[in-house]
Amino acid sequence: MPGDAPILRAENLHRHLGQGDARAHILRGLSLELNPGRLYAVSGPSGCGKSTLLYLLGLLDRQDNGDIWIASERMSAASDAERTSARNRLLGFVFQFHFLLPEFTALENVLLPMRKHGRLGPAPMRARAQQLLDEVGLGGKAQRLATQLSGGEQQRVAIARALANDPALLLADEPTGNLDQQNSNHVFELLAELAHQKGHTVLLVTHNPELANRADSTLRMSDGKFVN
Amino acid sequence: MLMSLSGIVFGVGLFIITQAQTSGFEHFFTRTALATDGSLHVEDRIQDTVAPMSIGNATVSLGKERKYIPGVQFPGQISDALHQFENVAGVAAVLRGSIEVDSNFRLQPAQIFGINLDEFLAVSDLGRQILKGKLDDFRDNPKGVIIGSRLADRANLAVGDPVVLSQAGRSDRYLVEAIFETGVEQVDRERVIVHLPEARAILGQPFGVTYLQANLHDNDRAEADAPQMQDVLGHSVEPWQEREKIWLDVFRALRASSALTVSTIILISGLGMFNTLAMIVLEKTKEIAILRSMGYTRRDITQVFLLQGALVLAVGCVLGCALGAGGTWLVENIPLRIRGIFTTDHFVVYWSPWHYVWAVAAATVVVLIASWIPARRAARLEPGEIIRGASA
Repeated sequence: MPGDAPILRAENLHRHLGQGDARAHILRGLSLELNPGRLYAVSGPSGCGKSTLLYLLGLLDRQDNGDIWIASERMSAASDAERTSARNRLLGFVFQFHFLLPEFTALENVLLPMRKHGRLGPAPMRARAQQLLDEVGLGGKAQRLATQLSGGEQQRVAIARALANDPALLLADEPTGNLDQQNSNHVFELLAELAHQKGHTVLLVTHNPELANRADSTLRMSDGKFVN
Repeated sequence: MLMSLSGIVFGVGLFIITQAQTSGFEHFFTRTALATDGSLHVEDRIQDTVAPMSIGNATVSLGKERKYIPGVQFPGQISDALHQFENVAGVAAVLRGSIEVDSNFRLQPAQIFGINLDEFLAVSDLGRQILKGKLDDFRDNPKGVIIGSRLADRANLAVGDPVVLSQAGRSDRYLVEAIFETGVEQVDRERVIVHLPEARAILGQPFGVTYLQANLHDNDRAEADAPQMQDVLGHSVEPWQEREKIWLDVFRALRASSALTVSTIILISGLGMFNTLAMIVLEKTKEIAILRSMGYTRRDITQVFLLQGALVLAVGCVLGCALGAGGTWLVENIPLRIRGIFTTDHFVVYWSPWHYVWAVAAATVVVLIASWIPARRAARLEPGEIIRGASA
């Protein structure tokens, strides 16, 4: 898979945050390419712009300048509807705080992106959600409410949910930031397996240098730029 | 949300009950008025006159003016002409005048109504309004009278009692053959019905009548038919809506007033719902953001909140309509003695599907507005900002 066309390409990304005197230049002309089947880590100190970059690449925020292509679709100038559709079809998110819907079971949380996509019927959808939960080791807890799961389990449900529509690119923002060492390793191994065995591209934002070093490629950031 | 639901249920229910009550009394009054005085009256003859004005030596015509000549001089001809209108079901001549009723107990002022009985029965419900005595006895006795129940009470008269009717020095002795009750206080208190020839004798009016009372197949068309009839007949024509305008306006004002009052309950529950949904939007910003990150559109988010409002609306309307129907049934069975502008011994209600339609429509407007604003606010949330804020 390495050597295929990049799943994501970004050129000269700039982003300011804040208003007036508090306005800060967070991203200063970043460019990158992400190839299929690889696990990338973006690391750097707090406030260097890692998460801002991830939100831009995940189409949750808009850059002030620069271009983004995902699966060859130019997204930088796309409408809100096109970007929303791309998030559903092409992207999966895992956040530091899992953000599961607490009123729903683990299975129902995983079903949410598939219901919006509408590609599968109800029975295949449920079968796929169950299979994804099996793959993250939570098949037996599919009917539990999100609030009845431990922090590590909730994060694994969030990974299963991110994979629901088989996205080309999985974006993870400090996915282990809220977990103990054992759960952190478990989640990282899961992400690596998704990249190497399932062919997903994984972009992992972390301030943990140890985890960053275990990625296929590490992009170090400082003051809104990549550094060697 | 439970409080909002309760507000919708009570608002819709009370809206229906109050409308059923107020329109119940209105329909009762209208029905009685139509059954007593018919759909329209053909009254005074209209004579067009020309009003000239002199300026110096010149006379300028200012166009036509109208002069009204009291009564109907040729009731037979006018009745024939009236029958040519397809909406007219029946016509009866009525000679009316002021008299005094002497019962040996009390001297009472009254209104005498001279009628041809069979003709009058075709344009009124007099047959069904007889409380005591028999119409046939009246029919067979040229000196018989039918008097209103309230007048009978005041004058201490019963069926079979003699009574003296007098006017301008003329007086004659009659026999009470029947007592009627329309339910309209004013009618039952002052009306004395006699045969037309006797009314002519007492009132000293050998020709003509005061008015022709007509019944229509479609009473609602009375206002539209009246001007056409007036043009053709050359007599003023007063439809029942104009005749009873004062009371109809009072009933309409009461109905609108109660609708407005009860609508405030719906409005307040709408404000409650607005607050609840607005709070939910604030509490669920993370969930909204995560749904947006998964590919749910702004429209999907709007629909989630509108659906929430619609569910409350649907449940509220169903329960409210049931409460309204049950409440109306209960109110209908409450004993209530009214002796005023009309007579009834229980609450009068009117069952109309429109009361339910209007109640549901009022609730729908309030709930949709109350849900739409928070829904729009939720849809406008930017997922990146919220997730960044939540992760910080």
